[in-house]
Amino acid sequence: MLAAIGVMTAIAVVVGVVLGWSAIRLKVEGNPLAEKIDAILPQTQCGQCGYPGCKPYAAAIAAGDADINQCPPGGEDGVKKLAELLGVEVKPLDETHGTPKPKSVAVIDEQTCIGCTLCIQACPVDAIVGAAKQMHTIVAAECTGCELCLPPCPVDCISMIPVACDLPHWKWKPPVFTLKLVA
Amino acid sequence: MSRELFKFNGGIHPPQHKAESTQRPIHPAPVPHRLIVSLRQHIGNPAKPVVAVGERVLKGQMIAAAEGTISSAVHAPSSGTITAIDMQTVPHASGLPDLCVTLDTDGRDEWIARAPLDHLQLSPADLRAQLRNMGLVGLGGAVFPTATKLDPGKSVKVPTLILNGAECEPWITCDDILMRQYAAEVLQGVSVMRYMLDSDVVLVGIEDNKPEAIAAMQLAAATLPFAVEIVTVPTLYPGGGAKQLTRTLTGIENPSGSRSTDVGIQVFNVGTAYALYRAVFHGEPLISRLVTVTGFVLRPQNFEVLIGTPMQELVQLAGERDGATGLLMGGPMMGVPMPRTDVPVVKATNCILVKSDELFPPLPRALPCIRCARCADACPADLQPQELFRFAKSDDFGRAQEYHLFDCIECGCCSYVCPSHIPLVDFYRYAKSEIWAREKEKIAADQARERHEFRLFRHTREKTEKADKLAARAQAQRAERAVSNPPAELATATSASTDPEADAKKALIAAAIARAQAKKADAAPKNTDNLSAHTQQEIAEIEARRATIRAAAHQPLEQEKNP
Repeated sequence: MLAAIGVMTAIAVVVGVVLGWSAIRLKVEGNPLAEKIDAILPQTQCGQCGYPGCKPYAAAIAAGDADINQCPPGGEDGVKKLAELLGVEVKPLDETHGTPKPKSVAVIDEQTCIGCTLCIQACPVDAIVGAAKQMHTIVAAECTGCELCLPPCPVDCISMIPVACDLPHWKWKPPVFTLKLVA
Repeated sequence: MSRELFKFNGGIHPPQHKAESTQRPIHPAPVPHRLIVSLRQHIGNPAKPVVAVGERVLKGQMIAAAEGTISSAVHAPSSGTITAIDMQTVPHASGLPDLCVTLDTDGRDEWIARAPLDHLQLSPADLRAQLRNMGLVGLGGAVFPTATKLDPGKSVKVPTLILNGAECEPWITCDDILMRQYAAEVLQGVSVMRYMLDSDVVLVGIEDNKPEAIAAMQLAAATLPFAVEIVTVPTLYPGGGAKQLTRTLTGIENPSGSRSTDVGIQVFNVGTAYALYRAVFHGEPLISRLVTVTGFVLRPQNFEVLIGTPMQELVQLAGERDGATGLLMGGPMMGVPMPRTDVPVVKATNCILVKSDELFPPLPRALPCIRCARCADACPADLQPQELFRFAKSDDFGRAQEYHLFDCIECGCCSYVCPSHIPLVDFYRYAKSEIWAREKEKIAADQARERHEFRLFRHTREKTEKADKLAARAQAQRAERAVSNPPAELATATSASTDPEADAKKALIAAAIARAQAKKADAAPKNTDNLSAHTQQEIAEIEARRATIRAAAHQPLEQEKNP
């Protein structure tokens, strides 16, 4: 009887020490789930989900505070991937957060721009070049099409231009594979 | 002497249709009135225009320079005037426009000064740079810049040099006819390749359906100072694929995802060797190539064509027939349908195949896959096409990549043997382009994430820097004051507190009060002494007026009082 209790206690102590040690030494920094979710999100940093960027939204999904269908730029495909990662049901995009749009880039009408720098401060990826009272312009390659520069512009000189498909970005269409109707 | 040959998996025997276009000798196509030269004729970065609209150029003058590591220059195919540098429809399955240089020819066909390259005197790097500026690219179909392929890299040498004259695709005969007529020149080009790659063994693989070409090449090889083995390989599609020919000739199989130079082999098309000969021994850049015009035309034959010639003109030269249903660039197995008939010839155009319903009846409607695995039997890349099809169709691209989708050479054997007539290759092309697009998106997303995170980091840094600066300034002021007003004096003036921190603060407050009083004293009017009685009275009157106005301003207005 005593021996059994002793053995059990000894095991408990050993296991406790091992677990305690590993909890400290093998601790994973950050939230690995949030990082995985962040890797799926499109990184437009548009804030349409209601969070100030993709990373906070990823953290909110990981914490269970946000749903997986709040990201319009990610589209249905993004929802599908998130559902797969989290092992939950796929659901349609939440329309209250906006609808998916074709990929666009912001273009500044340089004739109208007054050089107020408000758009530069709004751009989440520093894709706008310019200085106070100097013309601003957008680095198209860096623009994520988040539209965050549109509301602060006092002269409405920024417009969103959908990206036209050029040769290097052209994709083969999925072949139409129609089956013959028998009945 | 016969060499031991090896077999690759699968392959098919489609009808050859080679005889149609080999009956006539090479015919130089006339210079067209207008040449449209695409600037994206090779793998890698498109060439950058170096001419302006309205400029007169000579035949062989560089009109666009190579840009970046993998790129190639583009030259004027004839003399004339540049009339446009704009977007034009190019021979591509998409039918999308791309940047082209339009050249209106003057008919004089006036060459720029040409000088042969002394390849034995030039350093290999210089020679490669020259070839890059001469616009040399692989003419077998992949149009990879030749200069890059002629770089043995770290391995210093490439022991085995293979010349690809197999030309396995049905209908196409441009390599066949080139070897028949220019065997010696082709082998001169090979000698340059051999010199640059320091190769020990040179093999020329030719399919056994080209006996004349084999004979001509053997004859020419006998006169060379080095050994060239002309190897007859069995006719089996796609035996002319670089990987398949390597396997047939050497038994070596490229590991998935590796380059042929990793196993000490480099493969060039015979057309490339001929272009290299023209460049090195005649100083001519790549401005023309052989093109087979065949299919539904009156006189199928091979033309020597200037790059940029509209395909329609070649079809007319070969005798247009009523009932043609479109053009394929390339052969029936791997060719791509042309969006229009007037698209220009590019460096990759080896064949223009005119289609008709009779020659190429439309495929019957596709039926479901019955998983008979005939495609797997035919696949020369040892893939499982039925599985790739399943994954590509359901957009399961990750699984498709696990099944080595990117080892598919799109030869079309699987589609050819499919009893359900499923356009399998179209599915693989779709899956590949979709995967590439997603990779590009992923790269863009990573970049955006990085930039966003840097922005956040920058904001916090700016905030802390600002706070630090303010603190440092306050500290400096404090120290300055401590020096000018010794703390001992202040301490005795206030109290005998022992806390130096509190003392310093008190001292600061005292100093601030003193400063404020001094300021007040400064602001007070100073010229009010010794005034005359009259001036004093005036001042008093003004002050009184001011007081009444001030009082009135504080009173609500009449109408406000009684609304």
